[in-house]
Amino acid sequence: MNLYQLSSPSTFYPVAGRVAPWFAGAAAILGVVGLWIAFAIAPTDFQQGEVYRIIFIHVPSAWMSMFVYLVMAFWGAMALAFNTRLSSMMAQSLAPTGALMTFIALWTGALWGRPTWGTYWAWDARMTSELILLFLYFGVIALRNAIDDPRRADRACALLSIVGAVNVPIIYFSVKWWNTLHQGASVSLTAAPKMAATMLTGMLVLALAAWFYTIAVALWRVQAIILERERGAAWIRSMRGMKAATT
Amino acid sequence: MLEAQDLAARRGHSTLFSGVSFRLAQGRVLTLTGPNGSGKTTLLRILAGLTAPWSGHVRWQDQAVSPFAPRIRQDALLAGHVPGLKDELTAAENLEIQCALAGQPAPASNVRAALEAVALGAAHALPAGVLSQGQRRRVSLARLMLVQRPLWLLDEPATALDTAGLALLARLVGAHVVAGGIVVATTHQALDLPAERMTALALG
Amino acid sequence: MTTLAQPLATTADYGAWAAIRLAAQRDLKLALRSRAELGVQLLFYVIVVSLFPLASSPERTLLATMAPGILWVAALLAALLSLPRLFGSDYNDGSLEQLAMSPYPLPALVSGKMLAHWLTTGLPMVALAPLLALQYGLDAELVIIVTLSLLVGTPILSLIGGIGAALTLGVRGGGSLLALLVLPLFIPVLIFGAGAADAVRAGLSASANFSLLGAGLLVALVGAPLAGAAAVRIALD
Repeated sequence: MNLYQLSSPSTFYPVAGRVAPWFAGAAAILGVVGLWIAFAIAPTDFQQGEVYRIIFIHVPSAWMSMFVYLVMAFWGAMALAFNTRLSSMMAQSLAPTGALMTFIALWTGALWGRPTWGTYWAWDARMTSELILLFLYFGVIALRNAIDDPRRADRACALLSIVGAVNVPIIYFSVKWWNTLHQGASVSLTAAPKMAATMLTGMLVLALAAWFYTIAVALWRVQAIILERERGAAWIRSMRGMKAATT
Repeated sequence: MLEAQDLAARRGHSTLFSGVSFRLAQGRVLTLTGPNGSGKTTLLRILAGLTAPWSGHVRWQDQAVSPFAPRIRQDALLAGHVPGLKDELTAAENLEIQCALAGQPAPASNVRAALEAVALGAAHALPAGVLSQGQRRRVSLARLMLVQRPLWLLDEPATALDTAGLALLARLVGAHVVAGGIVVATTHQALDLPAERMTALALG
Repeated sequence: MTTLAQPLATTADYGAWAAIRLAAQRDLKLALRSRAELGVQLLFYVIVVSLFPLASSPERTLLATMAPGILWVAALLAALLSLPRLFGSDYNDGSLEQLAMSPYPLPALVSGKMLAHWLTTGLPMVALAPLLALQYGLDAELVIIVTLSLLVGTPILSLIGGIGAALTLGVRGGGSLLALLVLPLFIPVLIFGAGAADAVRAGLSASANFSLLGAGLLVALVGAPLAGAAAVRIALD
């Protein structure tokens, strides 16, 4: 089966159903391992004590919030360029999970901020940009709900997410541009990480867990979206016929 | 030469029409008929390149028409269901701007002459907002005189026109096809034109 | 058949600058015919700016500190109020379809409309800003900084807001949805714009703010007409 065939919703539907549980399982395992590293293995921080451990949830979810938005914008661009329905459906299925990641990042950031800086919320560049990202997700979801015609909704949301994607690099580099309360990016691909190796491992493991979770949930959600949007199609009718026979 | 190959269109989940094919040579008129909601306007907009068909192709002068392709925008004149007049501007100003945007700026004398020809000479300085439906439709007839385009796509051009207006419309369409143009029109009423130039396509 | 008084002219090429000029002239002409509507929007700006001292406290130093932010937020809200008009009237009476069918490049026509929008909504706010800033007791130097920041920032509002206006054409919940879509994109402009005066007040230079605003304006000048044209086509689809 080549990639072109895979871009048809009817072909992709069973593939998604077969692949998603593996990602879910991997996410669960990585999640357990990551949390164990975070709460049992990693040493207590010199300055912040035990409360710093929330970084293990905060940082991966923040990374994922930005990454998912970029992937969503990518699928939107694919949809606009190649006019494929499945690309739009993938973008549609990613939006709620991305919003959830952003929400988790903001919430854990606030919980971390209280004992560390004395305040739940500080209007620094990074937290503010994360809040903006949440609004961007809400905007894409709201626009999709507001437009009845699925094709127009696909294309409008694709355009909106591409325009919003300009914001994501600004978030990432804002730490360099602004003097803020936020600690400088501790993990970068080029510079040596400033934290202990175990902390880094824990965060990366949890980031991977979040990534696999997102893929699994997105695949399950896209299955539901395919069923909803292709509901007149013959392959769905025959599939439901088969299901009725087996249950 | 306007060619449609196996066009299909959808609205939401239902198919409006499918398998629509035709070939129109120069000097011919295609009338689209069908009940309300059968997709006549959609087909016209597909030919104009405003919307993409669900499947099928359109070819104009042997080039494929993709949505908003420059060629079709240069060669086609779309007279939409709504005349597209700004209420705040006069009929004359509306025509001037429409001609300028079509790349064929019209001197004021031409605009006056066109409005006289559609019996709106007296109303040329009134804001378009006070014109009746029939008068607004006549302004779009005037545009047909001022903007030279080989392909005319007319959506319900006979709406709100009285007998004199209908006669004028028939004259304009007739002159256009005699000069080698092509006309595609959606209509509920029969246009008074020589039968050998007419093709009809019924949708729905 | 009537013969026309003069032969028909045809422009050979459909250049972008001509398109910008045509679209801007058209929209300016239309705006001047609805002068009352423009006046109301400007009045809205003045009223919103005047609301804040009434809601908090007329204490002078507090007002002076808040002034740049208030002037900026009010400009944002006034821009939001005027954005549906950018494409809305054309969409409703069928002339947007005609614009999309024009042989001129649609991004150029869209940028002409955005330019006219700024000239009729943003620029008057910039002109009024010094007066309103005096009302808040700002120093002359800060008044200049705020006005300049608005001068660079308000075009960005017209440009980015235009994309949102095109995306929400004919959509349920139009105005509020437009605000939800466009305000997050505005926020960096707000931060850098209002922050310019704060930086100068703190004794720092505002050059970083203005550089970033200027860069944003350049990016918007290039990108917003393209995105706006794409959004118009999506809306007409």
